[in-house]
Amino acid sequence: MVEIIVFAVCAAIVLVGAVGVIAARNPVHSALFLIQTLFGMAVLFISLEAHFLAAVQVVVYAGAIVILFLFVIMLLGVDQAEDLNIEPIVGQRFIAFIVGAATFVLMVATLAGSSDAITGQRQATGPLGDELTDNNNVRELAEALFTDYVFAFEATAILLTIAVVGAVVLAKRTSGEMLPVPQNTLEIREADYQARVDARAAELEANAAAAAEAGEDGSAEASSAAASDDDTADDEMADAEGGDA
Amino acid sequence: MAGLTNTLAGLDPLFLNGVTLEVLIIVLVKVVISFGVLLVSVMLMVWFERKLVSDMQNRIGPNRAGPWGILQTLADGIKLFFKEDLQPDSSDPFVFKLAPYLSLIPAFLTFAIIPIGGNFSDPSDPSKTGIITLPDWLGGESTYLQLADPPVGVLLFLAMSSIAVYGVMLAGWASGSKYPLLGSVRASAQMVSYEAALGLSLATIFLQSRSLSTHDIVADQAGAGWLGIIPHWNVIVTGFVPFVVFLIAATAELNRPPFDLVEAEQELVGGFHTEYSSIRFAMFFLAEFMNTVTLSAIMVTLFFGGPAGPILWDGVAWLWPILWFLLKLFVFLFTFVWFRATLPRFRYDQLMDLGWKVLIPISLGWFLFLAGRNVVDDRWPNTNGSLFSVEVLILLGITIAILTVGALLLYSAIRNAAEKRELEEVTF
Repeated sequence: MVEIIVFAVCAAIVLVGAVGVIAARNPVHSALFLIQTLFGMAVLFISLEAHFLAAVQVVVYAGAIVILFLFVIMLLGVDQAEDLNIEPIVGQRFIAFIVGAATFVLMVATLAGSSDAITGQRQATGPLGDELTDNNNVRELAEALFTDYVFAFEATAILLTIAVVGAVVLAKRTSGEMLPVPQNTLEIREADYQARVDARAAELEANAAAAAEAGEDGSAEASSAAASDDDTADDEMADAEGGDA
Repeated sequence: MAGLTNTLAGLDPLFLNGVTLEVLIIVLVKVVISFGVLLVSVMLMVWFERKLVSDMQNRIGPNRAGPWGILQTLADGIKLFFKEDLQPDSSDPFVFKLAPYLSLIPAFLTFAIIPIGGNFSDPSDPSKTGIITLPDWLGGESTYLQLADPPVGVLLFLAMSSIAVYGVMLAGWASGSKYPLLGSVRASAQMVSYEAALGLSLATIFLQSRSLSTHDIVADQAGAGWLGIIPHWNVIVTGFVPFVVFLIAATAELNRPPFDLVEAEQELVGGFHTEYSSIRFAMFFLAEFMNTVTLSAIMVTLFFGGPAGPILWDGVAWLWPILWFLLKLFVFLFTFVWFRATLPRFRYDQLMDLGWKVLIPISLGWFLFLAGRNVVDDRWPNTNGSLFSVEVLILLGITIAILTVGALLLYSAIRNAAEKRELEEVTF
């Protein structure tokens, strides 16, 4: 009875989280929904007596991976809600829908075709040891990882290290020859800034001159009227401030 | 059902005969007590910290509310509770409200796995393995003096400390303002970095005690060690290095000085909680101090034998372990305040250098060394952990050679990178 209630509550949490991940407009909210899903899964693991798996699920996925997602989202400042009406890659949504539907059909077919669909038995060969003896979860997992599957385990570790090094190398690659940063960077930047300011000032001046030439006849009056409007507004604001004070 | 009970209780004898009303009441009483103890300890800790820091700075400190100002925290708490709660316009409303709870709840949950009492002095005597038996007029049940003893034990602490990162991180982001955001980005980078060193130094404990459960770890440290006087505590058995790494990493996890870059007042106004006020701010404050108390308790449990200690008078034998536990806890709380009063804050690059280039390599190397020693103990049991047998000396030689090569490689890599940076004239 208790297990059914736990399962129902967790399933609801997991499903709501999973839908939320793709439905939320803000990437940070998506990440939070992902954590909700991971937590629901962790509780399901506990109800299946896979305690170690549950703890690792929280420590590694919720504690490290989603944190890194959030870190990147915050650092790059892409935490704004996106306009979903624009399709970045043409045809991507249609293909994604087809692939998703195909995967779903495949999953249902696999589940329906497996033995436990009829008998209701899980396919596990037995529990991962008994908590009340020494042969608990952690011991069983450790023995499996470091005896039977030690090669795969080490290979995975090396693969992950290579991935990290590769990411760093790719990120550091620069196009063309590496040139030393010039000594007088600040002066160059300042000169550049000054040049841009001058250019902008010249542009504004030219615009003003053009406007004055083109609108000798009525626009001058309009602009002066606007200026006087501005003046009165400023006065009103000053009055208000004076009143407050 | 059996699975769930085991999950929550571990091997606590309280649950052996099924869950009855009596058992339920005992568990509820334990929950209320640990909640209350934690809240009161936070109250005293804030007062103690302010008083001690002011002593070290030649000031008087709080002295108005109650005797010696001891009720100052209570007064502050009441004030915060009745202040206006502000929420910035640009904040994310839901996440802004969620963040304080994400800080507070992990702080409470971690305390559940700490054994705060029970006589652990003799593993062969069933009444001296940390089990307390209530007197008959209270039902006569036997139980551990800890709220829960889950089989994954210390991993629960790691999981909770990684959830606590979200509180800080989301608080900064949801405030919709730049200083909190900078604080939270710093916080997440710092906490994730130091969690690695924290986990590696914990691994040496698991290796030594061969269990993840806090109760088993404390029981493993019981009794006298070398020469019959030196205690068999993990801090000595694992050779001090993991403890020092753990202490530094724990201070960084707590965001306490000298690792308080997250809320560096001179740079970031108030850090991640700049936009918080009233009761939400109080929750962050509470969580921070609660984490300090909890982490000190974790250190006592893992490295200093938990409630172990001599029973000086048999009349109230059950009280002595609790007293020893509190005494050890107090030493660590004092140490944290001492850090705060005397150490200047790290610069950001120094913080990252210490975490990645010093603490992680050291704890990893030490872990490998201890693993090697365990292999010797397994293969040649006749050495009995003696330091001067041939096998141990050979092992020591090989380990030192490998670790030296590793350290030299690391050193040259760091030097090389520093030179490269200098060539590219990057200034950090």
